[in-house]
Amino acid sequence: MVLHDYTYTNTILKKYPREQRHLLAILQDIQRHYNYLPRKSLDMVRDYLDIPLSKLYSMATFYRALSLKPKGEYVIKVCDGTACHIKSSQSIIDEIRKVLNIDSGETTGDGKFSLETVNCLGSCAASPVMVINDKFYGKVIPSMVGGILSEYGGPEN
Amino acid sequence: MNRNVKRTVLICCGPGCLSNQGMDVYEEFKTKILISGLDVDLRSAVETENACVTDTLHPGIKTDLETMVSPAVKATGCQGLCEMGPLVRIEPDSIFYTKVKVSDVTEIIEKTLMENRVVERLLYKDPVQGRKVRAREEAEFYKSQLKVALRNVGEIDPESLDDYIERDGYRALKIVLSQKTSEDVLSEIEKSGLRGRGGAGFPTGRKWRQCARTGNYPKYVICNGDEGDPGAFMDRSIMEGDPHSVIEGMIIGAYAVGSHEGFMYIRDEYFLAIQNMTKALEQARREGFLGKNILGSGFDFDIQIVRGGGAFVCGESTALMASIEGKVGEPRAKYIRSVEKGLWGKPTVLNNVETWANVPVIINKGADWFCSIGTERSKGTKVFSLVGKVRNTGLIEVPMGVTLRRIIFDIGGGIAGGRKFKAVQTGGPSGGCIPESLLDLKVDFDTLDEAGSMMGSGGMIVMDDRTCMVDVARYYLNFLSEESCGKCVPCREGIRRMLEILNDICEGRGRQGDIELLAELGETVREASLCGLGKTAPNPVLTTIKYFKDEYLAHIEDKTCPAGVCKNLTTYYIDKTLCKSCGLCKKNCPSEAIEEKLEGYFINLLKCIKCGSCMNACRFGAVKILAGIMRKL
Ligand code: SF4
Ligand code: SF4
Ligand code: FES
Repeated sequence: MVLHDYTYTNTILKKYPREQRHLLAILQDIQRHYNYLPRKSLDMVRDYLDIPLSKLYSMATFYRALSLKPKGEYVIKVCDGTACHIKSSQSIIDEIRKVLNIDSGETTGDGKFSLETVNCLGSCAASPVMVINDKFYGKVIPSMVGGILSEYGGPEN
Repeated sequence: MNRNVKRTVLICCGPGCLSNQGMDVYEEFKTKILISGLDVDLRSAVETENACVTDTLHPGIKTDLETMVSPAVKATGCQGLCEMGPLVRIEPDSIFYTKVKVSDVTEIIEKTLMENRVVERLLYKDPVQGRKVRAREEAEFYKSQLKVALRNVGEIDPESLDDYIERDGYRALKIVLSQKTSEDVLSEIEKSGLRGRGGAGFPTGRKWRQCARTGNYPKYVICNGDEGDPGAFMDRSIMEGDPHSVIEGMIIGAYAVGSHEGFMYIRDEYFLAIQNMTKALEQARREGFLGKNILGSGFDFDIQIVRGGGAFVCGESTALMASIEGKVGEPRAKYIRSVEKGLWGKPTVLNNVETWANVPVIINKGADWFCSIGTERSKGTKVFSLVGKVRNTGLIEVPMGVTLRRIIFDIGGGIAGGRKFKAVQTGGPSGGCIPESLLDLKVDFDTLDEAGSMMGSGGMIVMDDRTCMVDVARYYLNFLSEESCGKCVPCREGIRRMLEILNDICEGRGRQGDIELLAELGETVREASLCGLGKTAPNPVLTTIKYFKDEYLAHIEDKTCPAGVCKNLTTYYIDKTLCKSCGLCKKNCPSEAIEEKLEGYFINLLKCIKCGSCMNACRFGAVKILAGIMRKL
């Protein structure tokens, strides 16, 4: 585990006036920086905006973009938008599940991979699509999955 | 082709092409043109018409009048035909190249830009006409379209305010501020018949007037750029490809209702949309189109961007406003409408991206012009993202009233892979599936509603015989049950219960009476839910039951999934009489389930994970699905 530098949360907070309307933006910035919402940062937000922690948690669990759990080194996003779904994105997800042994929303034990499903990446012409961190893969079929994951040090199957 | 003309190379960098290295192609054009010495200041070169300019600037490069070109290279927003990306177009002759690779760039520069010849190999082969076409306008995909909201998308560099202004940008704003009262604008928009493009189709002019009428201040104007529909990217394409048109529309709207503060709620994942929009807002401020005393008119208005948190229910106006206020995005009952009490309890006009983009055109060309397009009660055009099992996946805009058949078979080029059309889904999770018998329906707000579907924001998903309609219904319900904010019981519990039944059916536990139960639950959820999400949630289920009952019955009674999607109900086999032993299925199988024996290929059912790759891969239709009875053995 990396030791977090929580001073960055302060830097984020300073960008915004102390008004509730900026809460979502603040949480998004924190999420982007740390890849999740660390408890310590949430405390800092609570103090800064003077909002009860319960409110912050309800935000964190309501919006998909926010997460209370740390994510893996590589975040695999498989599109399960309608276009991808009818082109068998489910089989891609099944295959990743099989190879990595995690469900959607989970992270592998070694903290290497997280699996997420998302709704439409706007690249429906290349459906089904998946993205690992920033790298894009289009027209994926199940037999490609093992090879793609091994590029990132995933188990060879 | 003319020689010695100013040429523009337009490289599509819309979402589809970007995922296919569109940006690399763009960079390659820029560098190669610089190196080859064609990159002179095109305006002065054209004006002076002096070939020597190039010579002196780039000594050693052979240029004469015959080959002198002065190309501008632009990265544009989505040009539409995403399936064939990256797209490159060369103006003024509209030469249209598809699937351009970085390695093709030199050839295009040498042949097309310098020698006025086309690169045959890169021309688009029209699936409908069965031949190659040279100019974009000749392609069936573009012929039936009419671009109003998308008028600049794919034509301009979205980062260039000059490009926008060159195409009449901010002209409408100038007219409005210098010659029109807010009343003039309200009645013009009312007269145009413009209806909200976000889905429900509420008359925009009426909404604006209601807001203008209230004497409560401040008032707010909001653009909904959240686009939660899975499988839809229209709004994204407009925000990325032509941000100023949305801004201009909002300023005009604000002027009409008397608002001084606007918000743009954009989905956080839409990184490029946020970036282009931010730049455009800065440019607009700098030029005096936004801010205090706009264009010296005394009118003040500014816009802020709010990033969405990724919740589908935030497409619901009241939820979206809660989200802007920094709260959980839960909707509230609309006893009081947002035009009276919206954001922070103040009068608010909320429209979606496409609606706003239509506004400047209506002012420029007049309500009468706008009214002349479309049908009796749906005026103008509609943008769709045409996706799924269709040949020409892409972004399209058609006049209201065009038939589904024309969209799918002419513009869309028909069903991909030579398969059979089964249904088209419109309106996203709130919409429904339309069967083949209704393909001649005219697409507008009311006819789609009557067919049990809806216009929605404009996702159009084409399905073929490899799509299971029960699974599609389940897919949407699963999506909605995750996205339901949970505030009201009929929506939260009703959708979940319906989903359980659909899960049962898809997994082989379907029972008699399930269909009736689904229909009954659907009616209740529809009637008793608080917001639009719940009210429309049963649509995908109800329409699939209405039009594809057979498929439900096959799942429940024969325990078969005719499309081969529901795994528990599918068993694949290879039909020996059709198999040509090409081995393609084996190559695509992820679990080594396909074995080659002396007598041909066959599937080892113990290893098969039923992914269907083999069936999709086989060109001879030799992979088949066992019918129900046999599998019960
Ligand atoms: S792909 Fe089709 S034809 Fe080729 S071996 Fe497999 S079943 Fe036979
Ligand atoms: S369905 Fe998938 S796993 Fe089964 S044989 Fe075909 S390709 Fe292999
Ligand atoms: S549905 Fe997957 S990219 Fe659009």
